[in-house]
Amino acid sequence: MKPIDALAKVCSDVRPAYPEEGVLGVLPRFVAAPAGVAEAAETMRAAAEHGLAVIARGMETRLDWGLPPQRCDLLLDTHRMDRIVEHAAGDLVVSAEAGTPIEKINAEVAAHGQRLSLDCPIFASSVGGTIATAAAGPRRLLYGAPRDLVIGLTVVRADGKIARSGGKVVKNVAGYDLGRLFAGSWGTLGLIVEATFRLHPVCEATAYVSAVLPDAAAAHEAVQAVLHSPVVPAAVECAAAPGGIEVCVMVEGVAAGVPARADRVSSLLGGADVAEEPPEWWGRYPDGTTLVEITAPPAALARASWLTGAATWSASGHGLLGLEAGPEQVTETVNELRAAHTAVVRYAPEPVRDALDVWGPVPALSLMRRVKDQFDPDHRLSPGRFVGGI
Amino acid sequence: MGEALTRLAERFTALLGADSVITDPVRLRTYECDGLTSHRATPGVVVLPGTAEQVAAVVRACVAEGVPYVARGSGTGLSGGALPRTDGVLIVTSRMRRILDIDIPNQRAVVEPGVINLDVTRAVRDQGYHFAPDPSSQQVCSVGGNVAENSGGAHCLKYGFTAHHVLACEVVTPDGEIVELTAGGPGYDLLGVFVGAEGTLGITTRITVRLTRLPETVQTLLAAFDSIESGGAAVSAIIGAGVVPAAVEMMDALSIEAAEAAVRCGYPPGAGAVLIVELDGPGSEVAHQFAEVERLCRAAGAFEVRIAAGDAERALIWRGRRSAFAAVGRISPAYLVQDGVIPRTSLPKVLARIDALSAESGVRVANVFHAGDGNLHPLVLFDDAEPGATERAEEVSGAILDLCIEHGGSITGEHGVGVDKSRYMPRMFTDTDLDTMQMVRCGFDPAGLCNPGKVFPTPRLCGEAPGVRKGVHPLVEQGKADLF
Repeated sequence: MKPIDALAKVCSDVRPAYPEEGVLGVLPRFVAAPAGVAEAAETMRAAAEHGLAVIARGMETRLDWGLPPQRCDLLLDTHRMDRIVEHAAGDLVVSAEAGTPIEKINAEVAAHGQRLSLDCPIFASSVGGTIATAAAGPRRLLYGAPRDLVIGLTVVRADGKIARSGGKVVKNVAGYDLGRLFAGSWGTLGLIVEATFRLHPVCEATAYVSAVLPDAAAAHEAVQAVLHSPVVPAAVECAAAPGGIEVCVMVEGVAAGVPARADRVSSLLGGADVAEEPPEWWGRYPDGTTLVEITAPPAALARASWLTGAATWSASGHGLLGLEAGPEQVTETVNELRAAHTAVVRYAPEPVRDALDVWGPVPALSLMRRVKDQFDPDHRLSPGRFVGGI
Repeated sequence: MGEALTRLAERFTALLGADSVITDPVRLRTYECDGLTSHRATPGVVVLPGTAEQVAAVVRACVAEGVPYVARGSGTGLSGGALPRTDGVLIVTSRMRRILDIDIPNQRAVVEPGVINLDVTRAVRDQGYHFAPDPSSQQVCSVGGNVAENSGGAHCLKYGFTAHHVLACEVVTPDGEIVELTAGGPGYDLLGVFVGAEGTLGITTRITVRLTRLPETVQTLLAAFDSIESGGAAVSAIIGAGVVPAAVEMMDALSIEAAEAAVRCGYPPGAGAVLIVELDGPGSEVAHQFAEVERLCRAAGAFEVRIAAGDAERALIWRGRRSAFAAVGRISPAYLVQDGVIPRTSLPKVLARIDALSAESGVRVANVFHAGDGNLHPLVLFDDAEPGATERAEEVSGAILDLCIEHGGSITGEHGVGVDKSRYMPRMFTDTDLDTMQMVRCGFDPAGLCNPGKVFPTPRLCGEAPGVRKGVHPLVEQGKADLF
């Protein structure tokens, strides 16, 4: 049987790929969109039988990130797997299929005064894509990233078997936490098909307190003052701005408490504006043809000379730098960053990708390869997209 | 002692010095169990390394001899995760007790694995910080043990577990290599799976922990109810109102009786249940929500609400709860501590079923639980001198876990699987689930020498085709792993 017939036998939506469906220029042969978890498993099993290289596609918000695959036979599209499986409002827990947009979850649970505290920059992102890329936004400071908010994960393995870890309760230490392992694994360990998240109550009131500081050192002093105060900000973000660096602190809580906390932040920042809406750059990826993500301890802000142009910094220790430059200049910038920090090129035009090491140095790489070899011995899952050629 | 162990003891003495190696049978027996005393095994050899390099050298020596090894911190674990092997080496981290760095601007500290949990907080409290995970053993348990068990505590409802407070670990891998695992770096989040792997993926030798700002205000109340049902209704109302308390603890009549007998905590007489609710955070936030919590408790039928006026009164409120486990020793010759989790909304149904189980079997069960997150700690009481009583108690204890699974919960919320609950894992997970988890183990520890026989009921042969297993498992054959 030909691969496409084998796929069509188990999956209700299979077709040849369109020319525009390449993953960073690598054109898949087929696109399959299974209607649910069981069908996804059958599809993966058929792919295994025919030795097909598989890349998962959710809402296509980060498909052009990372490295091009070494090969791609099957694009497994999760958009039909968009059911919210269960919202246990009383338990502050929601389960959804991998293709469900995060914003759909939020729309559903908002009716009960709840939210998924994962304000990743692109709300249209799917559950699977958000977890696979470990995407998070400003509230990561207080609420964490996907690794912290996923309490149960169902995946389809390379061989088509369905495996689950965690569960539907927040407090649970039975077995290994594969949710944390799969968070940020870029589709290289298995196909994420369903996730259970913990939710938080929506806060009554939110305030954004902003001030422009002259330089990185001054911004650092201001951020430190807020972090070491007992004000408990939900997020502290900085962005390059005309005249220096704008620091914006998000405070959320009960309506009776937020104004006093916002005032306190304002005085810590040496007098600042308090607004109900965030600044325009809040929670967005900076503009540019290349996006670099920087990871460093909070105090690295003091010497963040890179924080100019299109750039943001989160007090959780994550920076984003948008560049509009050629391979040589990007390489130079990235190398400078790597002298002191971790810097990963999230996306870049082909000449830039070819000129530098997109992922950068990776500690414990040999251990990662061994884990990869266990999960995907034939290297068929998003091959070459991840660190060290994984 | 077998030949391999004899050679290892000599090798360890050469590597670490005689005062770091224990082979004397009497001294070895000190290490025969952890906090789960029903499982005991005298370790073949005990080593007390002082550095990561020494741990790595010990591990490499064990691997070269094909001898299993187990790491142990303070030995407070309640699931037998640090249960030694008579044919193996026990690597004790109690000499690795230095706090290496405190970095307030970056809100982190770097500690060795043997550092006591509470000592981290003690070292940074003056600067306005604490290490948030607060297992009830925090005065004696080690941070390395917290990492292995992904420890929680009464305040994890709001602040999360150890996994949320560890930023990096230096790890000696099961083949004796020293690697650094970090959160948020490029590549797989191996740190995320290492924390909570119960010592089966390697031994941590240096831990970077997150430090959390101490809250501006802490407010604690004790509410007394006629019944568990009305106490449970209060919890639902509090969570439903969008409050995220720092802690919500509940005790039933039997556990209150025990606590009174043990520490005279002076809880309201006649209470069928008491609820302890603690809120913390910015003053303006807490003041508003605390008034709401008090109102909701009264609305749910609390006949008495006590509000702690200060730290001394707060300690008094917590005293009964903190003593509860040990206190049941006053009302029963022996008891089992169970640890299960249910969705919080199933609390009334599950407690009714536990009551029924208790009535049918004649085995008394005292209930203490972290009500906010549905983590039950039923204390199953029995008289170990009575023939058959232990077995009946174990049966009831196991049936409670089945109830947890039936209601979509977990067989352990904080004590871990260890040796105690590996046999229950197949009730919660399919063979494929367990096989998949063990792929991680095979990646880390293909020889299966690092804390074997824990967590998983059946070891997976690394390198075999997934799902295909034939004949006797070679690890079992070699005596390196057990089947439960």
